[in-house]
Amino acid sequence: MAKSETNTMEEIGISNEYQYGFHDDIKPTFKSRKGLDEEVINQMCDIKDEPDWMREYRLDAYKIFKQKPMTKWGGDLSQLDFDDIYYYVKASDRSERSWDDVPDDIKKTFDRLGIPEAERKFLAGVGAQYDSEVVYHNIVEELDKIGVVFLDTDTAIKEYPDLVKKYFGTIIPSADNQFAALNSAVWSGGSFVYVPPGVKVEYPLQAYFRINSENMGQFERTLIIADEGSQVHYVEGCTAPTFSSESLHSAVVEIVCMKGSRVRYTTIQNWANNVYNLVTKRAFAYEDAQMEWVDGNLGSKLTMKYPSVYMMEPGARGDILSIAFASKGQHQDAGAKVYHCAPHTTSQITSKSISKDGGRSSYRGWVDVAKGAKGCKSHVVCDALILDKDSRSDTYPVIEIGENDTNIEHEARVSKIGEEQLFYLMSRGLSEEEASTMIVNGFIEPLVKELPMEYAVEMNRLIQLQMEGSVG
Amino acid sequence: MSKDLVINDLHISVQGKPIIKGLNLSVKQGEIHALMGPNGSGKSTLANGLMGHPLYEIDSGEVIFSGVDVLELEANERAKLGLFLAFQYPTAIPGVTLANFLRLAVSAVRAKEGNGSDNDGLIPMREFRGELREKMRQLGVDDSFARRYLNDGFSGGEKKRAEILQLAMLEPKIAILDETDSGLDIDAVRIVGESVSQLIGPELGVLIITHYPRLLDYIRPQFVHILLDGNIVESGGWELAQMLEAEGYDPIREKYGIKEEQNGEV
Ligand SMILES: Nc1ncnc2c1ncn2[C@@H]1O[C@H](COP(=O)(O)OP(=O)(O)O)[C@@H](O)[C@H]1O
Ligand SMILES: [Mg+2]
Repeated sequence: MAKSETNTMEEIGISNEYQYGFHDDIKPTFKSRKGLDEEVINQMCDIKDEPDWMREYRLDAYKIFKQKPMTKWGGDLSQLDFDDIYYYVKASDRSERSWDDVPDDIKKTFDRLGIPEAERKFLAGVGAQYDSEVVYHNIVEELDKIGVVFLDTDTAIKEYPDLVKKYFGTIIPSADNQFAALNSAVWSGGSFVYVPPGVKVEYPLQAYFRINSENMGQFERTLIIADEGSQVHYVEGCTAPTFSSESLHSAVVEIVCMKGSRVRYTTIQNWANNVYNLVTKRAFAYEDAQMEWVDGNLGSKLTMKYPSVYMMEPGARGDILSIAFASKGQHQDAGAKVYHCAPHTTSQITSKSISKDGGRSSYRGWVDVAKGAKGCKSHVVCDALILDKDSRSDTYPVIEIGENDTNIEHEARVSKIGEEQLFYLMSRGLSEEEASTMIVNGFIEPLVKELPMEYAVEMNRLIQLQMEGSVG
Repeated sequence: MSKDLVINDLHISVQGKPIIKGLNLSVKQGEIHALMGPNGSGKSTLANGLMGHPLYEIDSGEVIFSGVDVLELEANERAKLGLFLAFQYPTAIPGVTLANFLRLAVSAVRAKEGNGSDNDGLIPMREFRGELREKMRQLGVDDSFARRYLNDGFSGGEKKRAEILQLAMLEPKIAILDETDSGLDIDAVRIVGESVSQLIGPELGVLIITHYPRLLDYIRPQFVHILLDGNIVESGGWELAQMLEAEGYDPIREKYGIKEEQNGEV
């Protein structure tokens, strides 16, 4: 039997010991007061010792944020109180460069997140956001040698000011939406990646994010620039401790895919059930460039996230694979947006959602073909799996076509776990819970098989956890 | 204790329509029975009812398997007792590899006997893989078969082979094969027939459901039963199968005054 099979089969070797609702006691070294105003922003800029242009950028964004009315579409944001949130928490005074320098209790947290020892060695670099600040950021020598920059965004502003300034906020301007404006005003942490022309990064660059301070907003800001003909895979995954009061996570991710480059951005998020997860992700893909979003959303109270690709020049391609698991008290409003701004561009959207125990998942999609963008192709597939009668799934697809010479397909399917499937598996000895877990894992397999191995295992474990006790 | 299957006066209906009407049959470990009958006579209804499919309502009667009345048990409990059904139309489970599924199934079925499971309750990977590879080789299927999604996009022949592979891995006491030969070409029937005959021994009782005697060239039954309109109308030996081969079902139908099922499946 081929070796790859070992891996596939190992995936079912799942244990029940996986824990993600933990909370380590780490003293923040600085915490702004609750709520947001210009003073809080200025204080933050002072502590970060930021250049003036960034201070102005933030204050400008804050003005825009104040003017924007509360977002009315998507999910229910009425419980979200902007005044009841800490906008800046600093956990440690400096960015760590070597593993030995990382404080013990932070290491312990990483252990509990289950980052395997071996992986630490092989990873190109681990950028881990602890509270609002990146406390550990190790870049292996190989990355330096090939000219790849992989830093936390705060450091990048100081070390690569011109590069950051050139692209920061150009893909997602502050005025784009309410939460982009908020992030632009108060962002902290996140990753900055630059891949020089023709360089192919062989292994995924990984970052781990968590929220670890009650009521603390998390506003990381990621900017990835893939220069001509380069290739990179960025992976972020996170688990969050469970808190009783509301938390807000509102990130901005901007990606520039230059001519002939290829970028894949993989996310698995499993926020605690009280988190508002409102994220703006967008990529510009130029001539023959390819952008892939792989986006898995579990947990949170409300997720609103629609990774998008703007295909700016001929030959560009955008692929978005989105998966959402909505359980009790959760609303996953997830989807994808593709903009065919140039002729002969291609996109594929695959959305899979699972709703259970009264959870709600919505697919919100946008396919746009500009006038004159001839010969574009777009294929959208939405599969929804509803596990019980209390749960809900909706689709809100919008298709705007300004050009006749296009080929757009949209398929949507809603299914329940089939009685025949359950019976088939049960007739082989599986309990009802094991059988439905297996069917759900199979349903999301198209996403899971795109993930690096350790994420695939984690994803299957999370599904198993979600399914536990769901069969009565 | 021997694990015999005993069916007494069983009545099964589908969507309120009586299909199996007072059927009696007993299959002992080590015995091979053939149940033959035209399309629509209720063969699959019997098979599904015995395995515990929720759509098939048991109106009355009893099914005793290894001393237990299994009619109250869920399908997985019946499987754990050693009952197996090779489906006429196996269901596809997209995204679930045959290997992943089989490891869980084998572990579940063997767990009762408390043999060879690790901490997760799963049969150790190395042991499982070795066994699976050997069984696949015996069945003449490629190693890549184990990595494919269960019945998803399988050809008719592949589906039937996957059923027999599961039979070989799960090592049941009583196996029901529902038209395992239908839809297969001559070569495929031979492969399936030979594979099943390899599994036959004193530990395994088999109920072969078919409406052609083709498969029986490879697995010679000691007992042949003819099912017409929900009841076994004749039981005998090999000569019954030969008679059907030569004359078809018409003379039997005529003898018992039963018209050909018009809406039966093909
Ligand atoms: N799932 C089902 N739904 C509706 N009718 C069914 C179903 N299964 C069987 N039947 C009906 O029961 C009768 C017997 O069918 P079946 O048991 O499949 O016969 P056989 O396997 O002998 O061809 C037929 O009239 C068939 O239409
Ligand atoms: Mg049948």
